[in-house]
Amino acid sequence: MNAASNEAPLLLRLYREMLYIRSIEQGIADRYAEQEMRCPVHLSIGQEATAVGVCHALTREDRVYSTHRCHAHYLAKGGDLKAMLTEIYGKAAGCIGGRGGSMHLMDLAAGMFVSVPIVGSSIPLAVGGALADKMANNDHVDVAFIGDASVEEGVFHESANFASLHKLPMIFVCENNLYSVYTPLNRRQPPRPMTDLATAHRIPSAHADGNDVEAVYKLTREAVMRARSGKGPSFLLFDTYRWREHCGPNFDNQIGYRTETEYETWRKRCPVESARAKLRAAGLLDDAGDTAIAAELKHMVDAAFDYAKAAPLPLPAHASDHVYA
Amino acid sequence: MPQTTFMPDARAAIRSISFGEAIREGILEAARRDPAVFLMAEGVDDPSSVFGTIKGIGKELGAERSVEMPIAENALIGIAIGAAMSGRRPVISLQRIEFALLAIEQIVNNAAKTHYVSNGQHRVPLVLRMVVGRGWGQGPEHSQSLEAMFSYFPGLKVVMPAIPREAKGLIAAAIEDDNPVIFIEHRWCQFATGHVPEGYYRENLTGSHLHGSGNDVTIVASSYMTLEALRAAEALKEAGCAATVIDLRVLRPLNMGPIFESVRKTGHLLTVDTGWRTLGLGAEIVARVVQECFGALKTAPRRIGLPDHPAPSSRGLVRDFYPSAESILIEAGELADVNPARLEAARRDLAAQRAKVPIDVPDPFFRGPF
Repeated sequence: MNAASNEAPLLLRLYREMLYIRSIEQGIADRYAEQEMRCPVHLSIGQEATAVGVCHALTREDRVYSTHRCHAHYLAKGGDLKAMLTEIYGKAAGCIGGRGGSMHLMDLAAGMFVSVPIVGSSIPLAVGGALADKMANNDHVDVAFIGDASVEEGVFHESANFASLHKLPMIFVCENNLYSVYTPLNRRQPPRPMTDLATAHRIPSAHADGNDVEAVYKLTREAVMRARSGKGPSFLLFDTYRWREHCGPNFDNQIGYRTETEYETWRKRCPVESARAKLRAAGLLDDAGDTAIAAELKHMVDAAFDYAKAAPLPLPAHASDHVYA
Repeated sequence: MPQTTFMPDARAAIRSISFGEAIREGILEAARRDPAVFLMAEGVDDPSSVFGTIKGIGKELGAERSVEMPIAENALIGIAIGAAMSGRRPVISLQRIEFALLAIEQIVNNAAKTHYVSNGQHRVPLVLRMVVGRGWGQGPEHSQSLEAMFSYFPGLKVVMPAIPREAKGLIAAAIEDDNPVIFIEHRWCQFATGHVPEGYYRENLTGSHLHGSGNDVTIVASSYMTLEALRAAEALKEAGCAATVIDLRVLRPLNMGPIFESVRKTGHLLTVDTGWRTLGLGAEIVARVVQECFGALKTAPRRIGLPDHPAPSSRGLVRDFYPSAESILIEAGELADVNPARLEAARRDLAAQRAKVPIDVPDPFFRGPF
């Protein structure tokens, strides 16, 4: 985000970042039917607060490891917007030249280290990054963004065991959005505090409303300090909700795996609206200010989409580049 | 080749060590040159030390560079990949290749593809050592040769050394390589001894090594089967047939050039590897040779590999399971149209030599200089 915003109150900055992500995700949803973005998209609408709250507590050198649902993490960590959209449009200027699409976003300069679309697959990469950071004694922190289904994977437990054993400078950030594709949590896991899983590995944990961006930021900041001071990993659990379908631009409440009532309950807890209401109540945002932010973001986002649409496709001759270093 | 081929005086001047000791030296030499190299293994300080290959390495490099690996192969190989992407050079030693099956997701998705998917921005300089091979009733899940499976994936390099001197240079090169390298060692190769130079050196990971330059038949072998093929080539020579044995060494990227060149000269191709024959290494090599050198072939190529069933444990059941110098001799001899009587005589000699050693232990015959 721009330098001027660093002067603004914390919540205003967090709000602006969430709105930025919301505008882009909304922009993807609005344009997806044009069939120019020809790859699966897993939108983060409704889950912006976890990405923004966590990444705001990190430095640019700290590294984030993400999943198939990586747009918000990429943007919150400061990933380049045009490089993201050109990647989703399959263009040569994409952040990885059109080789991965929406599920593999990365921006090394921003510390958006890697995204891997197989559930749990990026977790050990984060642990390995933290091991390298510890060996280099460089004060950096590595963050593994995971979903509620990740803790069902053996690799989560294998990774947590090792991270705890070696007191690695990292954070497991679990975004619990209640569903793995169409399957609710209660059909996949017994009723238990998910944080107990961290306790089993002697990793301290904390749990908060994942739609409260300030709460997310505060807990993450504590975990970052813990990691930087050599005390080892933390597990943060944030409750949140995905508004759109698992994969794609649409709403899918009508197909029967979740109720309209449940959806409405969560929609009323919109992280962006909540932050806006708080800012207004505190007198930090008025109509004119809000309109100005929205207009500025719309301009930036529209320009990035125009750029991505017009950008050239990569050439087939490059399809076999970079098999070996 | 056999000990009888070199002079006692010369032997005194040649330093001869085992394949396993050569691997250890290669790891240490590479690690001393680059502080980013570190070792991970389940039982990193075990007295058994994977055939001596990692013996005392923690003492040599320091505890920080000798990391104990919890019994969690998928995460630990993923952790090694993450560390490699972050500039380290991890070397993981697995006691058996079967443990890697628990980590196939990490190997296939993250090790093999990250450089490609990242458009060249990430590198994964990682070595995964895996032991394959037979003997002492290891059976169906302790002795598989899965090299063809790993060789299927673009982005992985797959190396199978056969000879102590080359093993040392190849492991050093694998550690220095910026790609993920699957380094597969046959347990019976571990016992082979031969001349190994002291100090640091490396072999290129670009392809095969030719033994001999016979004009009568081309034998393409890999790993332990190279040792059996060399023994068969000696016997073929006695029978009047000059073979070229090509030790494949690097299965991916597969360099077919020297094989084409040899087949154009000999007109006969025999492949022999440690894996299953169906859909195995030999199938790929034969297919490419037929496509590229069809006009040069005087006979249909042949493949030797394992039959289509798992490896049983009992020494009774494995009697016909593994290829040997004897089966290589027969197939190659028939291809090159060797006089049947001379071929049979050579076979009888080989059989008599091997009869002195039980079928389920390594043959002490395999001592260099190679």
